[in-house]
This record gives sequence, structure tokens and C-alpha cells, in this order.
Amino acid sequence: MDLADLTAHELLDLIRRKEVSLRDIVKSCIERIERYEPIIKAYLTVRDPEDVINSVKDDEPYSAIPIAIKDNILVKGLPNTCASKILSNFIAPYNATVIEKLNRKAFNIIGKTNLDEFAMGSSTENSAFGPTKNPWDIERVPGGSSGGSAASVAMGSAIWALGSDTGGSIRQPASFCGVVGLKPTYGTVSRYGLVAFASSLDQIGPITKDVTDCAILYSFINGHDPNDSTSLDVEPYRYSPLKGDVRGLRIGLIKELLAEGVDPSVKKCMEDAVRTFEDLGAIVEEVSLPHISYSVPTYYILAPAEASSNLARFDGVRYGFRASGKTAEEMMSNTRGEGFGPEVKRRIMLGTYVLSAGYYEAFYLKALKFRNLIAGDFKKAFERFDVLISPTSPILPFKLGEKVENPLEMYLADICTIPINLAGLPAISIPCGFVNDLPVGLQIIGPVFSESKLFEVAYGFEQATPFHKRRPQLGGKPYGL
Amino acid sequence: MDYEVNIGIEIHAELLTKSKVFCSCPVQFGAPPNTLTCPVCLGLPGALPVLNRKAVEYAILTALALNCKINKNAIFHRKNYFYPDLPKNYQISQYDTPIGIQGYLEIETSNGKKRIRIRRVHLEEDTGKLIHSGGRITGSDMSFVDFNRSGVPLLEIVSEPDISSPEEAKEYLVNIRDILVFLGVCDGKMEEGSMRCEANVSIREKGSDKLGTKTELKNINSFRAVERALQYEIERQIDIVSKGKEVVQETRHWDEKNERTISMRSKEEAHDYRYFPEPDLVPLEIDDAWIERLRSQIPELPEEKYERYKTLGLTPYEAKLLAHDLEFSVFFDKAIKLYNNPRAIANWLLVDVTKELKDRNKVITQTLLTPEIMVELISLIDEGKISGRIAKDILPELIDKGTSPKKIIEEKNLVQITDTSTLLSVIDQVLKENREVVEEYRKGKERSFVFLVGQVMKLTKGKANPKLVNELLKKALG
Repeated sequence: MDLADLTAHELLDLIRRKEVSLRDIVKSCIERIERYEPIIKAYLTVRDPEDVINSVKDDEPYSAIPIAIKDNILVKGLPNTCASKILSNFIAPYNATVIEKLNRKAFNIIGKTNLDEFAMGSSTENSAFGPTKNPWDIERVPGGSSGGSAASVAMGSAIWALGSDTGGSIRQPASFCGVVGLKPTYGTVSRYGLVAFASSLDQIGPITKDVTDCAILYSFINGHDPNDSTSLDVEPYRYSPLKGDVRGLRIGLIKELLAEGVDPSVKKCMEDAVRTFEDLGAIVEEVSLPHISYSVPTYYILAPAEASSNLARFDGVRYGFRASGKTAEEMMSNTRGEGFGPEVKRRIMLGTYVLSAGYYEAFYLKALKFRNLIAGDFKKAFERFDVLISPTSPILPFKLGEKVENPLEMYLADICTIPINLAGLPAISIPCGFVNDLPVGLQIIGPVFSESKLFEVAYGFEQATPFHKRRPQLGGKPYGL
Repeated sequence: MDYEVNIGIEIHAELLTKSKVFCSCPVQFGAPPNTLTCPVCLGLPGALPVLNRKAVEYAILTALALNCKINKNAIFHRKNYFYPDLPKNYQISQYDTPIGIQGYLEIETSNGKKRIRIRRVHLEEDTGKLIHSGGRITGSDMSFVDFNRSGVPLLEIVSEPDISSPEEAKEYLVNIRDILVFLGVCDGKMEEGSMRCEANVSIREKGSDKLGTKTELKNINSFRAVERALQYEIERQIDIVSKGKEVVQETRHWDEKNERTISMRSKEEAHDYRYFPEPDLVPLEIDDAWIERLRSQIPELPEEKYERYKTLGLTPYEAKLLAHDLEFSVFFDKAIKLYNNPRAIANWLLVDVTKELKDRNKVITQTLLTPEIMVELISLIDEGKISGRIAKDILPELIDKGTSPKKIIEEKNLVQITDTSTLLSVIDQVLKENREVVEEYRKGKERSFVFLVGQVMKLTKGKANPKLVNELLKKALG
């Protein structure tokens, strides 16, 4: 096993015991990039290996644990493209708050990862710079939109990564890539420096190889930020070693998310997961969230509405790609016409439409009402249950190109993750099985600010199952176990 | 046919906060282009707004001064439109829950006091400024954007269409300006763009209960322009209607140079701003304690000052001039506390001091003249120590150097001559030297007397007590 296959906390232990050279860890990750990145294409920018090695500081253990950052989170001095032609030449002039926080611990950024353009998509196929491949099967998508971050961790080129999650963009690729991903409670991680897709839904979160790493990384990025008005001034989460005791825990299995459309093999993994929890002493019962089936239409009104406004700033006037035009208006119009890809344009048009005079009440306001109803369903469910569970994705990682022609089908596949963003809740996706060597993810959902409970529940499950120990193979060549 | 005019006015006032409304960049004018910017006011990817509490306070203060109700859960909306000077291509503004609603302002009209209802007072951010090579957008082959102004807090004050004439419109505007200036929230300089105004105008048959079709006037950049633009537009509309045609609802541009309004865009071309609640900000929570604390900070406003000054014996004209001038009224209020002769103080400020200030192109606070010096001067006159003439002569020195009047008259020996024998000997001399004039006077030419008084004053270098000179001269001439 290579160092690149270990988790951050394992590596930190080795460092603490002085059983490993800090630079060897970094080199091991760089080697992964050199060998597999040409196939996987997880990154849009890879930092110069020498710079990455030189960034290691002997008294800073985290400087030896390479981290990959989704290319919609600003890192000063590095390109920030959002996988869009319109920002193809944009170099971030400032650091996102999460990057400032990581810098305090001398985190070593190895590169910026691929995503669906402006985080809009579930397969990373909407990247203007080509798709990322799933390390478990390079004919399949890694999920999205944080597909690059999830793939980078799965392939061992980064020990951990940051992604962003608006409707499942951390959890679904984590599920597809067999890693752990957390969508934190809305407002616990600063959005300052995250290129906004849908402001009321976006949240940055960790993608890691196991639950402990997830808790450690989350502890570094969460906390109040005066630069983000929606950041909540609550006691931040601090990491302490997890115990994983789930005895007596009341777990609600969301009925609607196991109904039609769920792959039978995914359903089977869920049944196994329920048994595992029960064996651990938890009580699992079905629960109905009646409005959850309206989540996808609600989301596809609210998210595009905000996106249509958030993406208006990309006009060629101040930065980024600029097309030519005879007048300022023509230049702006051409820039956007040539600079955005089809999915982004589709959502901008959708969002513009639902906010237009005469449609606002029928669509936007109605969607807001449903958002409240969905949040209400969860609130009610949490009166009876400590956490809720569901598959992270109803389907297995699909083949590249398989759903490109049918965006609606792709939208519907986000049914399990979208309601969580609408309700502002935290949810974690952890590996819960494999079907034909393709990973399946379990989603654990908690009430607001229940991250610490989610980590305990997830850790309990993880310790009772072998899935988090598996590493992908590429073309029959093992690069891991 | 008799027509009735309905005018509504929308004012944009730049607030005098130290920093911008959603970031910490300084609010400052005349800095080199794009030096007062940051990721937030440049609309960089990932930047987020943070509301400036002071700007909210200024908005609440103004809303309270305009008798508005305060929305305790005011929220911000995004107003979406594309323009190169708008960095995010949306403006953070307020829509259906502005900070202040349902206020009013009383103005003086030829028919007495009139209440103009205020629909809303809301807070928003200013845009950047376009600079076209060659000065105009048409025909210029390059344009630049200065984002120093981007994010400067703007207060929007919208009236109901209760204004019935261009004169009332001007009166309303001046009153709002004065309130803003007295509150210290805006410098009110229309010509410099720190206060901007748009008006909507419609006419209807007298007695009709339905408003006519309105046009919206833009580019009104001075108090004078307000009256003229409205006058022009009213006449234009009356002309259209009296020919049996209909006014078209549209936005019109006031062409200052040619003194006319020009069509800019019709209702069909009007923007759909796609307002929706700003998801990057949380709703404002304005509690009663905050409102009451701000209410207690509202200073005496021009209208109250005006009423008070009239009770001090000032004419309505004097009272109005003083009450609506922040610097003068503050000066005046201090002066009358030091010395109880409001009329004389008002007179000095409004006549002689005003003239001197005009020559210097300054306001009183930019000079060394203090209320203490002013009342010292007036008391010297009242005590008969110096003449009004001398006082006027030494006023420039008081303004420029801030010297004590007592000191000046002592040093320059300017104390008034009230000694009868001294004056009689001067009179004697004047009569001897001007026998012909004396003759003319005796033949009945009244003006000759004035000349003789003047001669006495001249010989005494203005120090003679004029009243005494009059008396003594009359006696001497028999």
C-alpha cells in the first residue's frame, strides 16, 4: 500500500510517530497524478510538483497532507475557471475564507479540481474542459458537480478535498467514487470566495476517504465569518476522536426515497445498511416525508432563479473571457453567448423565466412555499428520529454520455440529495456497499448543527463495515490494495 | 379646459457614511478611478455583501424625519438588469418591504401649508460611473468604468403624486435637501450628483378622479432644472391633450441645453427587473429600541427652526433664510444664546456676512468668524462704542483673521466720538468750508444736509456718532 492510499489521520499518526518523511507523502500523491491524471482528468490546474514539495514545512503536519480544491473556490494566485470558458483566463485575486482558514494550518493545495460548469450538473460532463472519469471504472462518470474532487481523493492524488454542494454536488460524487462527503448545515461554512451558483443552497464541504478525516477537515473550515452575512454565529464544531456508539439511536428510513426509480441493487445495499445499524443496536423505522417528491421541481425553480442573477456578473466587462462586439451591449451578449455552455444557458433561461413579471408568483413564490413544506416535513421527522437515512443516489455511477441527451433524467437522479439543501440540513454520504465493483453511498441526514452526531453515526457504521478500506483499481492494475 | 397637474418625485441621495453600503471601501469623492474598490464592489466571483449598519441608521433617521412608519423586517431585493457600470449586473435594492413607508412632508405653497405624502424610503447601492472617450456614449470608440462610486449607499425617497406645480416640486425638493443636510446624512449637492431627482408628471381635467397618463423625467441635475423641466413637460402634455391626442407613457430625458424633454423609451421597452429577495443577506431586524434611540437623535429640523425664529421677532423671510441654512442656523442659535438681539444678529448674517461670504465663495464655518466675535461686534454697536459704518469696515478682518472687534477698535483707535465739543468743532469746520452747500440747504435743498453729515463723518474717519452729528448739525444750521 502506498502512502497515497492512507487517510489523513493515519498519515498524521505516522508523522507524529516520525515513521514517515513528510515529503514522501506529498511525492506519493504527485506520483499518482503523474500516473493516472492523464486518464482520470480530475484536475483543471495541478500545481508545479516542486512548489508542492517545497510547500512542506517540517513543523506543519498538514503541509504534508495534500488537499485538492474544487475550481469554484478561490485560491489566490491560482486559476479559478469554474470549468467555464467564460472564466478560462481568470486568476483568483483573493482567497476564499475556507482557504484562509486552511492556510493557518499550512495546508498544501495540490491543485484545482474539475466540476460541471459553475457546479451545474451531476456527472462532471458539463465541464468546458472535458469530463473527469470515475477511478472505479473509467467508462463511468465520477458524479458531480464535485466530480474532480471526489475522483482526486479516490485515486489518491490528494488525501482529501473540498467540494461544494448545492443539490448534492459533494454527496453524489462521493457516493459514485466510494469516498465520504459532507454537506454541512447551511451557514456553518463561509461561502465567501465560493463562486455562487444558488446562494441560498450552496455550501462548501469536505470529501475524504473516511469519516474521521471528514470530521477533522470540517473542524478546520467551519465557523462564523463576518464576510458572509448568511454565516451563522454559533459555537463551531471542534474535532474530538469519534466513538461510533449508535445503541438506542432512532433512525428513520425515508420511504419516498426508496420508492420507484431506485436501482434494485442500491435498494439491496440499503437493506444491508439497515441490518448493520440494527445489529449495532439502533432502531430503524420507515418514515414518510410527504412533500419530498416535490423537491426536484422546487429546486429547479429556486436554484436557476438565483443562478440567473448570480451569473449575470460574467459579462466580459471587468474580467474573464471577452468576445468582441460593436457596442457594449453586443460585447456583453456575445461574451455570454460564447462563454457559457449549454447546461448553464439552460438554467439561466429557466431562472430568468421564473423570475419574470407574471411568472414570479406562479413559480418562484410557489417554490418558496414548497421549500418551507419540505423543511417542515424534516422538522416533524426529527421529532421522532435522531437521524434519517436514504441512498445518496438512486442509481449506480452511469456511463459517460449515457444521460447527456436527457437532462431531465439527470435532474431526477438528484432526488435524494436535493431536499437536504432545500431544508438547509447537514448530510453525509459514506460508502455502504459495492455492486459489480461500483461503489454505493449511504446518506445520513441530521437536524441543523448535528454534524457531530452525523460523524458518530457514520463512524459507527464505517467501523462495522469494510467498504471504506477499499481502493479503486485502474485497468486491472491495482493502485492501492 | 382647466387642467390639474400631478407630480411625483423620486430622489436618490448619496449617504455620507464613512464606508460603502456592502463593503468596507471608503466613500470619498475625487479619488483616482478604481482606487476605492474591493472584490465586493467590483462584483468579483465569490464576493458577498455585508450590510453597513450606519447606512441603515441614516435610512431610518431620514424615514423618521419624513414621518414614515418603519418596516421592522425590511428586506433587500435584487434588481436585475445589465449595464456595464453595474458590476454584478444586479443592484441590491429594496422592493416590497422598504425601510420607511407612508410618510409625509409639509411644504409651504401660495395657498398655505400642504402635505405631500411619501410612499417609501429605501436603501440601495450606487452604480459605478461610465466615462466615454469623447464624452458621449454615441460615437465614442472606447468607454471606461470607474467603480469608486459602486456600492456607495443611496437612499431613495419616493413621493406620491401629490405635487401640483413646478414651484411646489422645487419647494418639496429643497425641503428634502435641507432635511437630509440637517440630519447630516447627505450633502445635498444636486449639481455634483450627490442628490439626484426624477419626476413623473401627468395632467388631468380638473375634478377628474383618475390620474392621467404619466411620463417619467430623467436627467434633472439642479433645482432650477426641476422647475424648468416640469414646466416644459406640463405644457407639452397640455398641448397634446388639448389637440385631442393622448399622452404616451414613456421615460423622457431633460435636455438642459435645449430646454426640452426627449423621449428615451416607451412603456413596452421598460425593464423587467425580476426582483427577488437577496439570498446573500439576512432580513433586517429593526427593533423599537433602535428606532427610539434614532428618533431621539433627530436634530431640530428647518421647519421647526423656522417657526421658532418667527417667535424671536424675525420676519418670515429672514426666518426662512436662516432656518434652511444649516451653517447659519447653527451659528445663529449659538449667537442668540450669547447675546439677546436676534434681529440684529439675523440682519448681520443675512446682509453683510452673506455678502462677504459670497465674495470668498465660502460658508461661515470655513471662516474664522465665530458667534462670540459676531455678538461682540453687535454689542459694541448697541452700546454706542462704534458706528455701524466702522463695524462694516472691520467685518472682513473678523472673517479672515478672527480678531476680537474690541481689540481692533482699540488698536486702530476706532472708538466712536460721542464728545459734543469735539464734534461741534468739526461741524464748525465743515460749515466754514462748505458755505455754498449751507446756502443751498437753507434755500430748502434737503440733500445738502446729507452731504454735510458725510463731510463730518469723513473728517472723523467715520468715528462720529451719526445720531449725534445729525442733532448737532441741525442745531448749528439753525
